[in-house]
Amino acid sequence: MATIPKNIIRFILLVLFQALILDHIRLHQMITPYLYFIFILWLPFKINRTLLMLLGACLGFAIDGFRHHPGFHMAACVLIAYLRPFIINVLISQDEEVNNYEEPSIRSMGGLLPYLIYAGVLSLLHNAWLFLLEAWQFGDAWYFILKTGLSTLVTLALVLITELIVNRPQKFRTNTA
Amino acid sequence: MRNIFLFIGRHFNLLFCLLLQGFAIYLIVHYSNYHQAVFGESANQVTGYINKQSSNFYNYFKLKKINDSLLSANEMLYNKLRHDFEIPDTASLMAIDTLKIDSLTKYRKFTYLSARVVANSVAQPNNYIILSRGSNRNLRTGMGVITPGNSIMGVITSTTGDYAVVMSLLHKDTRLSGKLARRGETGQVSWDGKIPNILTMTGVPKSSKVTVGDTVITSGFSTSFPAGLLIGRVEEIYAEKSTSNFLLKLRSFTNFNNLSYAFAIDNVQQIAVNHLLDSLKNIH
Repeated sequence: MATIPKNIIRFILLVLFQALILDHIRLHQMITPYLYFIFILWLPFKINRTLLMLLGACLGFAIDGFRHHPGFHMAACVLIAYLRPFIINVLISQDEEVNNYEEPSIRSMGGLLPYLIYAGVLSLLHNAWLFLLEAWQFGDAWYFILKTGLSTLVTLALVLITELIVNRPQKFRTNTA
Repeated sequence: MRNIFLFIGRHFNLLFCLLLQGFAIYLIVHYSNYHQAVFGESANQVTGYINKQSSNFYNYFKLKKINDSLLSANEMLYNKLRHDFEIPDTASLMAIDTLKIDSLTKYRKFTYLSARVVANSVAQPNNYIILSRGSNRNLRTGMGVITPGNSIMGVITSTTGDYAVVMSLLHKDTRLSGKLARRGETGQVSWDGKIPNILTMTGVPKSSKVTVGDTVITSGFSTSFPAGLLIGRVEEIYAEKSTSNFLLKLRSFTNFNNLSYAFAIDNVQQIAVNHLLDSLKNIH
């Protein structure tokens, strides 16, 4: 499918899944399961960085619409959208010959470990920045650290399950096509 | 000047990120003013509609609990019917304290407006409840909201035509005047943002003989709630070291995990009281 309609459908489905299903799951008061920002993880490698941040802001704003306090998720999504290219640069080499896939996935990042680091670092940053902004009003360090750690573990598990369930066929791009 | 443009060109992404972060934090901080102006109108309509559709679906799983709560609400109302009471002495008169003095008519102070809960959260530091009834059907900002079981749910913070957003009791800005039902001491009820359904009450003096299991009700000092609505039951009592007050942990009567129907309380005299308070502000 073409890139733009595919990502629009993803955006809508992930926002609805987060707002209507995951937000209703209450494992523990320390754990908030987040999955919606996998939209940012799955955007193409070669996206414009300004557009990436704008999309992050839109995604965060959509989630904030369901929480009725604008700003929190927007700030967290903009942060990970800004830092995503740096982490990709560290994890995979920049040679054009090597990186011929369209989107980040387990296969295109060259194995489970680089992908886990990629998803883990970004979800940790997302949760940490989000809970830091929320904890500002309460000012409890232990609460913040525990909540970030536990939520990130659950989030990472959700990302892995999603990777296993959702089939994303990745075409290997060649010049001959 | 040229250097400035070069600097902006080189660090455009960083500056753009900081700009968006700044905007997001501005939204967080200036929430109450900005929310009602822009965010409230458009986003409430869209997310309200989606929440309503999904709650239509989720409600099927809760029908039994909804029935039970309506049954107990009916039972309570039946017990208040006039023919339940026998007045033995015709000389005794029921006195009703009203603002205008006309003993022939009774003046209504509160009316109750029913609404359905379409969205609710408990896991956030600031929780909101959405009702599928809005300003088109007489809900206003500042009204108190209770459950069918007569326990406090929250206060309406913004309305659109068809929906109202309720600031839940489980919100960092919640301040409610509570009263110990048995002893009569008043205090302030708030939420510490951690465990849902556990509230904090401060301002009860150490001289008070409060015990675990005491009921806390509304004091009636606010214009949003009449006196005597249920807030919570005392679970733990701590003595604050620096003050002469107790710190009480209450378990709320409202189970915030399970809300289906709500009653908004319309205080007919609220506008008059607020007008009076505003005129006081103008003097000082």
